[in-house]
Amino acid sequence: MIWITIAAMSVVTFVPRLIPFLLGRNLALPPWVRRWLAFFPAAALGGLIFPGILSVVPDKPWLGLAAGACAAAVAWKARNSIFPVLVGIGVAVALEVFF
Amino acid sequence: MNHDSRSEILRGARAGIPIAIGYVPIAIAFGILAKQAGLRAGQALAMSAFVYAGASQFASLSLIAGSASPIAIAFATLVLNFRHFLMSASLAQKLPPHASSAIGLGVTDETFVVAMAEERLTPVFFLGLNVTVYLSWSTGTIIGAVFSTFIPQVLARGMSVGLYAMFIAILVPGARKSWVILVVAAIGGLLTWGLAFVFPGLPYGWRIVIAILAASAVGAAIRKADA
Repeated sequence: MIWITIAAMSVVTFVPRLIPFLLGRNLALPPWVRRWLAFFPAAALGGLIFPGILSVVPDKPWLGLAAGACAAAVAWKARNSIFPVLVGIGVAVALEVFF
Repeated sequence: MNHDSRSEILRGARAGIPIAIGYVPIAIAFGILAKQAGLRAGQALAMSAFVYAGASQFASLSLIAGSASPIAIAFATLVLNFRHFLMSASLAQKLPPHASSAIGLGVTDETFVVAMAEERLTPVFFLGLNVTVYLSWSTGTIIGAVFSTFIPQVLARGMSVGLYAMFIAILVPGARKSWVILVVAAIGGLLTWGLAFVFPGLPYGWRIVIAILAASAVGAAIRKADA
């Protein structure tokens, strides 16, 4: 039963990932659709970051927010994404150990 | 393979390292929980390898534990992962037309945003990125399923912040360049969060799909008004 479940999950996950590549690539999309698609990453990032970071430690939403704010401050200055990641992890671990 | 594509694939593989740092603890947690839900280590690995979508894998475990039918679980998975359809659509526009469609199989929230942050995205860069990320997800799952005894939870949680920190690090340069990006991200975040209160029971997968469509429409409207 678990194998059947895994197979079914696999199909419904991989097919939607593939379809846009199989169908839409040589399509000349109207400019408004292109403009719309261009904002998907920013919108997705917001949707991934904001509710997610509140639930890093489920009963302490402030902890994830604080770690995220520190990561954002570092990202504003640093060029690569390694420093913000390390600072975010460090702040979160420190806050959870001390509070 | 010529020199250019070799250096591109390596650059992509390196760009996957921050994602891998975020994935490993989550994958370890998945491996541990999968064992607790009654999966064999091989089944946990198969799910990570052939579903390769974190949130839906965790959701499936609680459904499996509640002995839901494969069809019900597949439907929940489809709903949760439909956002990848939107991401693939956006990514397909950015990659050159000669790129293999199979590349779409590597789309996750994280690989998508890292790939889209590239000025000139090449298929081999995305391939290298996928290799690092895919291996970290599979390896973490094996570690979790096999050594499910002792892994400190404080560290695992702290490392899951790494993923969000990386999202923030990707968002910040774009937001510095254009305030519209920041507005779109803020709307996307508030909608994904707020819709849970307006429509309790609406799954995360649908909330983020609605938020992406709506927030991006606002961004497109602002840009259009500017132009």
